Amino acid sequence: MRAALALCLMLLAAPALAVKPSEQLKDPAQEARARALSAELRCLVCQNQSIDDSDASLAQDLRRLVRERITAGDNDSQIRAFLVARYGEFVLLKPPVNTETYLLWGLPGIALVLGAGAAWRLFRRRRPVEAGGTTLSNEEKAELDALLARRE
Amino acid sequence: MIVELGHFALALALAVAVFQGVVPLWGAVKGDALLARLAPRAALAQFVLLSLAFAALANAYLSSDFSVANVFENSHSLKPFVYKWSGIWSNHEGSMLLWVLILALFGAALALFARRLPADMLAATLGVQALVASAFIGFVLFTSNPFTRLMNAPLEGRGMNPVLQDPGLAIHPPLLYLGYVGFSIVFSFAAAALILGRIDAAFARMVRPWTLAAWVALTLGIAMGSYWAYYELGWGGYWFWDPVENASLMPWLTGTALLHSAIVMEKREALKTWTILLAVLTFSLSLLGTFLVRSGVLTSVHAFAVDPERGLFILGILIAFIGGSFALFAARARLMEGGGLFAPVSREGALVFNNLFLSVASLAVFVGTLYPLLLEALTGAKISVGAPFFNLTAVPLMLPIFLLIPIGQKLAWKRGNLLGAVQRLFVALLAGVAAAAVLAFVYHGAPVLALAAFALGAWLIIGSFDEMVDRATRGGKGMVLARLRAIPASVYAMVLAHVGVGIMVLGIAATALETEKVVAMKPGETLSLGRFTVQLRGFANENGPNYTSAVARFTLSDSTGVLAELSPGKRVFVGRQMPTSEVGRYRYGLSEVYLAIGESSDDGRVDLRAYDKPLVLLIWLGPLLMSIGGMISLLDRRMRVGAPVRAKAKMPTEGATA
Repeated sequence: MRAALALCLMLLAAPALAVKPSEQLKDPAQEARARALSAELRCLVCQNQSIDDSDASLAQDLRRLVRERITAGDNDSQIRAFLVARYGEFVLLKPPVNTETYLLWGLPGIALVLGAGAAWRLFRRRRPVEAGGTTLSNEEKAELDALLARRE
Repeated sequence: MIVELGHFALALALAVAVFQGVVPLWGAVKGDALLARLAPRAALAQFVLLSLAFAALANAYLSSDFSVANVFENSHSLKPFVYKWSGIWSNHEGSMLLWVLILALFGAALALFARRLPADMLAATLGVQALVASAFIGFVLFTSNPFTRLMNAPLEGRGMNPVLQDPGLAIHPPLLYLGYVGFSIVFSFAAAALILGRIDAAFARMVRPWTLAAWVALTLGIAMGSYWAYYELGWGGYWFWDPVENASLMPWLTGTALLHSAIVMEKREALKTWTILLAVLTFSLSLLGTFLVRSGVLTSVHAFAVDPERGLFILGILIAFIGGSFALFAARARLMEGGGLFAPVSREGALVFNNLFLSVASLAVFVGTLYPLLLEALTGAKISVGAPFFNLTAVPLMLPIFLLIPIGQKLAWKRGNLLGAVQRLFVALLAGVAAAAVLAFVYHGAPVLALAAFALGAWLIIGSFDEMVDRATRGGKGMVLARLRAIPASVYAMVLAHVGVGIMVLGIAATALETEKVVAMKPGETLSLGRFTVQLRGFANENGPNYTSAVARFTLSDSTGVLAELSPGKRVFVGRQMPTSEVGRYRYGLSEVYLAIGESSDDGRVDLRAYDKPLVLLIWLGPLLMSIGGMISLLDRRMRVGAPVRAKAKMPTEGATA
């Protein structure tokens, strides 16, 4: 465990410069594509670093590979598919939406809806009180008294 | 001998903490004032003992006593004084000792400064605090003992990890721990309030200064870490959505929510359930952060499974405290109903909105950080969740809050006027649009998102200030100064903190305008970087006390002439073979030119990564202003519990009958 940690710190600490001048593509548009794509690909031996940020030699190899595919004329999704076929979905920093990740992508949205619902109920519950005009039927009054008695 | 005394003091501190966690808590619950009153003294004793233990370890570090395994593994006799000192917390064992020391510090501070609290409340709070302390002192003593001796003392130590040998990182961990651990007091308050069944506005009042103090430290700690990453790691990034960063961001987000919901609870007695829940959650997330960072589970689930002792210990602590507090919470839930009424469009409503989005953002970070770990543990499938995920979830969740801050400030309690608020913020709205227009004019083809973010930042800054302008000019132009003086400190604090948010947003927006050049250069060659010219002059060696360094000398100039000499380089530290990078930076205004060098080739070229980063310093100036806002709020005398002196005289009788 410590060895792995030390390895990662070492990779982190290795001399700066992830993208090396020699790796860059001549065409600025293609190079920009390569950079954008690299930022979404994981350096497999690092702790959550993209190959664009990492100095590990594996990251360098992957950057070269990405640029080779770009010059070969592949589009972004073809390159991603190529890398996933080789390294698995682990290589994607943005996990694809599938049965394994529904929960991952869905939970924040679900929580937002549930939370908004709870806040809405908080406001709703207060509204009749604020309006102040509602009267209770005898049955409701009896129920209320029972509830209040239970609370005591 | 001193080391053994430190070890002994640590063991004694455990005994005191266990005592403090059982006896006074029992006294508070059973109404035995005699037992309850033991709590402050025990808290002070625990703090003194842990200080002794820490001093013993510090002494071993400062005197380079390599017979202590921990010192041998993390220190070196040639290290400068400040890094011998910071070496204490640069490693697992030492940093956990610092963790428990800060835990005890907060307990002692509560014992000393909160004498006006009801005696049973104080006893119960310190009791819960001591339960947390016992668990963690036990963790240090049984799994992470920093006082272990080596049989044959080596002559020289292994040295500290070079990337950590930096002034920024010397103070980053203590600040972060002050934040993390500071929320323990808030948790203890919440648990004590639940145990004693006294959950009211007074609770919110007691808790707020402690929440603020922890929040200020955590804000500074995170900003410091981000700034360190910017200048030390050599690629100029400021936030990487790394799990370790996320671990500190989660309690910050819920802590910020807590800060705001406690206001509603204090002023209106509403949101009680939620505030207590947030207090529990925030500390739980701090514990979770400690678990993630300290158990090794982040490096690999398998590594954790191979060497699970420490991880399981913390996981046990985590489950016991989170589970225990939630059980308590469920048992007392019915005490927390009711509270003041308010309409959706009101100050309370705005704060509910703030809480909703902050909490969901925290949840998004939580899911993104833990999901890959759980998925791998459960199914064996390995996926990565990185920056692109968080940029699509957590970041958009923050935007509605930024938009609403100026409006929320303007809404009245109970029932506000949305249209009126927006009308009064017309100037701020204009300022936002103007900022975007100016930017679009100056930087042709700047990304639309950057324009929008600039507009948002300007809206936030001007809109937040508006509250002060409004208060100062209300009812005529005269007396403005007098009115400004009459504005309570808490309003200044709020405005400053919110302006800080706006400034940070501006800084982040400006990253879209940076210029980056990656080239290989020979001495004598020049590179144009925006309006600057960078020329490589040559190479040199510069040696420090415990490192050798190879630097490249650059001159930076613009149309007016030479501006600066910059010497980015690589350092190799004694005892460690891996080099670290030192970047060269030139500051102009709040912007920076940033140079980092990489490998040099045989033909005399060196790889250079050069940036012109406009307004980059705003990214850290913003959080600095936020924390200054927090400090001002702490100084507001209305924040202090039981301001009248009479309360002090009344205490003993209250204590006796408690």
